[in-house]
Amino acid sequence: MSKDERAGSRPDDEAGPLHGGPDEDYTPEQLATMDREELNRLGARYDGVEVLHVDPPPAPGSALEKQAERQVSLAFGIAGLFALAFAVVYFGSGWFLPTWQWGSDDNGWSAFYTPFIGVCMGGALLFLGVGMVLFVKKLLPHETAVQDKHDGSHFDRTTTAATLMGGVDRVGFPRRKMIGRSLGFAGGALGLVLIAPIGGLIKNPNKGNPLGTTEWAEGIRLVRLDGSPIRPGDQEPGSLETVFPAVPGGNLAADAATMLIRLRPEQMSRLQPRQGQSDFGYGDYVAYSKICTHAGCPVSLYEQETSRILCPCHQSQFDVIQGAKPVFGPATRPLPELPITLDDEGYFVARSDYIEAVGPTYWNRERI
Amino acid sequence: MATTITPNQPAPRISKAASEVDERLIVAGPLRRTLNKVFPDHWSFLLGEIALYSFVILLLSGTFLTFYYDPSLSETEYQGIYAPLRGIEMSRAYESSLGISFDVRGGLLIRQIHHWAALLFVASIVVHLLRIFFTGAFRKPRETNWGIGVVLLVLALLMGVTGYTLPDDLLSGTGLRIISAIILSIPVIGTWAHWAIFDGDFVGDVIIGRFYILHVLILPAVILALIALHLLLLIKQKHTQFPGPGRTEHNVVGNRLFPAFAGKATALFFIVFGLCAALGGLVQINPFWLWGPYNPAQVSAGSQPDWYIGFLDGSTRLFPAWDINLPGDYTIPALFWPTVVIAGLMFTLLALYPQIERKLTGDTASHHLLQRPRDVPVRTSIGAMALMFYGVLWLSGGNDLIADKFDISLNAMTWFGRIGCVVLPPIAYMVTYRICLGLQRHDREVLEHGIETGVIRRLPSGEFIEVHQPLGPVDEHGHGQLTYAGAPVPKRMNQVGGARRAIKGFFKPIEQPSDVELEAQRERRGLAAAEADREVTSGRPSEGGRPSEGGRPQDPRD
Repeated sequence: MSKDERAGSRPDDEAGPLHGGPDEDYTPEQLATMDREELNRLGARYDGVEVLHVDPPPAPGSALEKQAERQVSLAFGIAGLFALAFAVVYFGSGWFLPTWQWGSDDNGWSAFYTPFIGVCMGGALLFLGVGMVLFVKKLLPHETAVQDKHDGSHFDRTTTAATLMGGVDRVGFPRRKMIGRSLGFAGGALGLVLIAPIGGLIKNPNKGNPLGTTEWAEGIRLVRLDGSPIRPGDQEPGSLETVFPAVPGGNLAADAATMLIRLRPEQMSRLQPRQGQSDFGYGDYVAYSKICTHAGCPVSLYEQETSRILCPCHQSQFDVIQGAKPVFGPATRPLPELPITLDDEGYFVARSDYIEAVGPTYWNRERI
Repeated sequence: MATTITPNQPAPRISKAASEVDERLIVAGPLRRTLNKVFPDHWSFLLGEIALYSFVILLLSGTFLTFYYDPSLSETEYQGIYAPLRGIEMSRAYESSLGISFDVRGGLLIRQIHHWAALLFVASIVVHLLRIFFTGAFRKPRETNWGIGVVLLVLALLMGVTGYTLPDDLLSGTGLRIISAIILSIPVIGTWAHWAIFDGDFVGDVIIGRFYILHVLILPAVILALIALHLLLLIKQKHTQFPGPGRTEHNVVGNRLFPAFAGKATALFFIVFGLCAALGGLVQINPFWLWGPYNPAQVSAGSQPDWYIGFLDGSTRLFPAWDINLPGDYTIPALFWPTVVIAGLMFTLLALYPQIERKLTGDTASHHLLQRPRDVPVRTSIGAMALMFYGVLWLSGGNDLIADKFDISLNAMTWFGRIGCVVLPPIAYMVTYRICLGLQRHDREVLEHGIETGVIRRLPSGEFIEVHQPLGPVDEHGHGQLTYAGAPVPKRMNQVGGARRAIKGFFKPIEQPSDVELEAQRERRGLAAAEADREVTSGRPSEGGRPSEGGRPQDPRD
């Protein structure tokens, strides 16, 4: 060790005994006499690792080594070729190759663009990985090393606990109760300040009963997706049509979609509307909400032989001639019925909004 | 300091630069400790790595997607290159998703890589979790890391749900509608929670933006932090290992990090990435230009979530129509049980399993050696039972497709699921338990009587016996004296070197057969070694026949 000549250092200022690694035990001169393998093993031993056994790699220059090297280089080479092909196709499309952009009417080059660059990218990465695996497996020595596992030490636990508790004693919170309490108070209040902005998310879901109302109201026409109104003669018996309220945005309203169903005569004869709703239909027409009372999917599949409507999401089935009562599956409530009539021009209109909430059940549905 | 160059030291310039760095950062010691860290070697330890690498791929591909995606629900008219949707009203979110697929060079590939990597991410987490479960790697001191893993799984599911909602096509909108209904179904706070999350009634105009920020910032940040913690704990506690020669509770036997383990891990990353890229290019996933924009009044038959949500879709389909009507006209909707409650229960039980097992077995010791599933039949059977339950729910998530393709009644499929999810799990428990015991007995039998060689001998008395190869020293009755130690027991002659190792070379041998013979003798493997042995020691090959005719002589087993 040369003398420390930095400004401010004192002659007796020396590094402590725990400074650095075991430099005291292994001097630079000692280490210089060891070869790399010995140093490697020494460092490993210092880290608690003992190399038990080494299966040597194939002898340098042997046929085995040459074969392995060829395999690894082949894999890396293929990876490089794939990567190059990727670059050529990726940048070349639309330049010296046909355009990559894919319209649905075109099934030539552009339809193969994505699969091709995918295969090239995947091939490049896969073969790079395969080459590395081959390298590790065939050309590296297989080493079996064992490392010690240390459990926690009692010394560490005891001294750490003493350090911690000493700090707590010095701060003195157990004794200085007033400071502790006022700090707790300040912390709690500050916590409130921190979470307060989240309060901006909270809104009253019961104001104006948005869940219980839809865009339907008295005199609003039933229109198709394209906005055309419907007369009683427009539909075949047994058919179903999805209708929307004739208001702006009615075709995208989340809860207003309604199924207008024209029943067949034999269905009419067996029709059992829900209690108090026998006049909701018009002639052989009935209109039910399209929004499933289970999870809100649009129920869509109508099988007129069985008069059943099936929800494709969770397979609830509703019987049209029993007032859209659920007959199978997880739904519990019938689809609400929209009261309909005709206006002066002979088009279907709603007589009012739905008289109950449409869509999925919720906690206070019955109360609103 | 001596600056003489010995041939064993690195090039002087690199050596000098490294010294300069270490004088400032003092990293040589920690770096050596890291390079020397020993990792045990087993294929099943790579499953967690696959999850990690999928996440890296997700970060890379997802960052690319954010450059083009617009999380806006404002309406616009599509005028892009995809003809069938031209002139149709849609949200900006859907329009920009279509743009990524059609108007960004390579965008479709990256989007599909992202989707495939997401599926792989959840799948590898689940398989990794099963490995941890069935081998008992969650036991003390690793309960915390198990808990972190379960939280990561839940977050991965949330990532998936928020992610596949973003394109705002008909399928993802249908999923969003169901999410909305699930939130509404929570007793007491359901409508309030819905109003807080959706900023009002379904669908509003903020939900995609909120899901987006969850998906690209909040959830990834939490997942990244938890992955870091997960790995830190793994390094701190060291990896578990299967029992085997020289392996104890107090050591780790395997490869050092550098170079073997690092090489394999890097290779695995490239292979996982390559597989995702090839899938993303070759196998179409979620072609949402076919579904069309979301409209609350439309839905496709066979609408299915991604595979990892399938079990919840299944439980929702199976659960009976049981609304609970409380006094005061309050309702607990039927939808609440198969979604919030089932999922909550499943993940809570999963997270608490280490504590539950600790309580039931009274085993409070630390364990670093893994168990073979057969040696812990109760746990293994519980796992099989849970898997069976999950499997029935998952299958029921596609029961309409099964009913359609196999021409089965849809209602019959629903009833199969309803009955199956109650009846099949106990059956799975019992069957697994018996299989575990059977495997245990077979292990003991092989240890006692040796490996079946398939060689039949005729005794002088005329009796036929099968020759068994003992695995170790035998007592006077020919019974093996090895005890079972939790490690795999060889069951075939080849596993104990019954055959010579194959000579390498594909077209022509590239090794000398004599070298291989010598190597086998040196390692005392196979017939060559045994025969050489016999020539030195025995001299009476007639006694019991040559080893090549079926192992060492042995008394008939009693």
